[in-house]
Amino acid sequence: MTMDFIISAIVTVVGISTPILLAATGELVVEKSGVLNLGVEGMMLIGAITGFAVTFTTFNPWLGVIAAAAAGAAVSMVFGVLVLSLGSNQVATGLALAILGIGLSTLIGAGFTGMIVPQFSSIFPSVLSHDPFWRVIFGYSPMVYIALAIIFAVGWVLNYTRAGLVLRAVGENDLSAHSIGYSVIGIRYMAIAFGGAMAGIAGSYFSMVITPMWAERMTAGRGWIALALVVFAGWKAGRLVIGAYLFGALMTLELYAKASGFQFLPSQFWASMPYIMAIVVLAVISYRDRTGSEAPACLGKPFLPNS
Amino acid sequence: MTLMNRRNFIKTVSATIALPAMAAKSFGADTLKVGFAYLGPVGDFGWTWAHDKGRKFMVDQLGGKVVGDYVENVAEDASAVPVIRDLAQSGHNLIFTTSFGYMDQTIQVAKDFPKVMFEHCTGFKRADNVSTYNSRFHEGRAVLGTIAGMMTKTGTIGYLGSFKVPEVVMGVNAFTLSAQAVNPNVKVKLVMIDSWFDPAKEAAATETLANLGCDIITSHTDSPATLQVCEQKKLYGFGQGADMSKFAPNAHLTAIEDIWGPYYLSRANAMLDGSWKSTDTWWGFKEGSVVISPYNAAMPKEVAAAADKIQAGWKDGSYNVFTGPIADQSGAEKVAKGVVMADGDLAGIDWFVKGVEGA
Repeated sequence: MTMDFIISAIVTVVGISTPILLAATGELVVEKSGVLNLGVEGMMLIGAITGFAVTFTTFNPWLGVIAAAAAGAAVSMVFGVLVLSLGSNQVATGLALAILGIGLSTLIGAGFTGMIVPQFSSIFPSVLSHDPFWRVIFGYSPMVYIALAIIFAVGWVLNYTRAGLVLRAVGENDLSAHSIGYSVIGIRYMAIAFGGAMAGIAGSYFSMVITPMWAERMTAGRGWIALALVVFAGWKAGRLVIGAYLFGALMTLELYAKASGFQFLPSQFWASMPYIMAIVVLAVISYRDRTGSEAPACLGKPFLPNS
Repeated sequence: MTLMNRRNFIKTVSATIALPAMAAKSFGADTLKVGFAYLGPVGDFGWTWAHDKGRKFMVDQLGGKVVGDYVENVAEDASAVPVIRDLAQSGHNLIFTTSFGYMDQTIQVAKDFPKVMFEHCTGFKRADNVSTYNSRFHEGRAVLGTIAGMMTKTGTIGYLGSFKVPEVVMGVNAFTLSAQAVNPNVKVKLVMIDSWFDPAKEAAATETLANLGCDIITSHTDSPATLQVCEQKKLYGFGQGADMSKFAPNAHLTAIEDIWGPYYLSRANAMLDGSWKSTDTWWGFKEGSVVISPYNAAMPKEVAAAADKIQAGWKDGSYNVFTGPIADQSGAEKVAKGVVMADGDLAGIDWFVKGVEGA
């Protein structure tokens, strides 16, 4: 096993993990504020088609990403109005948002099938980004670095700033936060919009970075994995990074094992690996739950101060 | 005096709605209405797109004698039944259901409409008014295998599959056998991604195969992801189902195109002249169901000549990639020397030939 081989494998892992990390980071903030938005998959697809369409028309991938974030945030506001202002059930509304996003992206994308868009150029000089060794650090799409920067910023804000403390307070005890004068609804709106924007960017990673094209349902269920990842990570930003890369590493390992013809484990075992992992992690979390849950206390509960 | 209960009300209302629509569509008495149930959207640039191209071809060729309607995004579950039933009820005399997952639903609806003729794509259940049809895509795979076997420099070719189903296994085997015929030491590394459509996983699998030394990577999944990764990595690949050179102008060597038009035309003609019978059709190069896209200019002349020769061989019947001796992965002989595998054996094939690694 040469160095080049290992580096190529790492590049694959990072590539496949990044969109999940982006979407999960957004959902982490949403859930920290006490709201469960299950519509990540739908918002990602809206971001994917918007990013693609804008890049296709403007030839500028940066504009595409910004538009994807805006579209994701906009569609998340539909969810926001329903669950925050109208007090509808968060689980049902989130699922509806997922379905809406799938349908809407298909509708918008009908005219964009079979087209391709220009890709991001590297932000580092070619000497570094194409160097056989240094590409392991400098050889990625700019979106990879942006994703990492965002997750570190989110982790820092949540744990070390006043804004993060307020957000957590709203998620842990909405009535107390309300009684000392914080706008629970307003803060939750902002959190949902941030989650939507992150999901939108994550979606655009599929249509602009991994494969620069649009195809219906091209995120192929990654939004659901991002949701699960937030739970696995125990609502902690640091563990989210590890979890996302671990997921990418497992999937890449599966592909290498299959291509190398390792017959000691049947293909069905590898295919069921994510689910086995899910059960193991959930078991660990449930065990820890006995000593106190890590989930935000108000997660999924509507805020109705006057009822 | 009829009671206006809910059921009657619905009947009356739908009849009122349907009447003008039917009047508008009443062409001559000999106008044939053909209906299609599609798996995906017509713009999927793959499976459904190819079927719709076939439908348009049929309509164009027959001028005013035929009307072709379709329903897209039909799920492969019980919800396909009302869709097919609606097509039959709204006066379509010939109905094509274009995915494997509509098999039982087609048979079920066909029982209630003995005067409507049905055609199910890729299935194996037939009835007096239900035919089946498919294409010999593996014939095209033999052309790709020949090209890949001649052009690979590393001697290792990547193959991205979806599931271990006969259609995919057939393709892998045809590809490998034809590549070995021109390059005896060639190895084919196979990865099944357990999905027909997952661009991110297809891309990751392509990167994996490239890292394992494959310099040509072909795929049997529905997106152009493999080609796009090949383009970025300056490797070669092939289009699947349609000419995908637009997605990867340099990497795209050629593609297998699914051409359904001639079949749809022949079946519509059979309806018009009253000769329609329940059959099982499996067309290939000879009948024009499988077509190879224009070659990439980067392909050397002798490779193009060899590829042309395989195509010509399929057409005149002088070539069949599944001619023995053929051994499976363990080396055991599956087909004896000089014997050609029967269609029935091919249709249920579940073993890979020697030289296929992985899966």
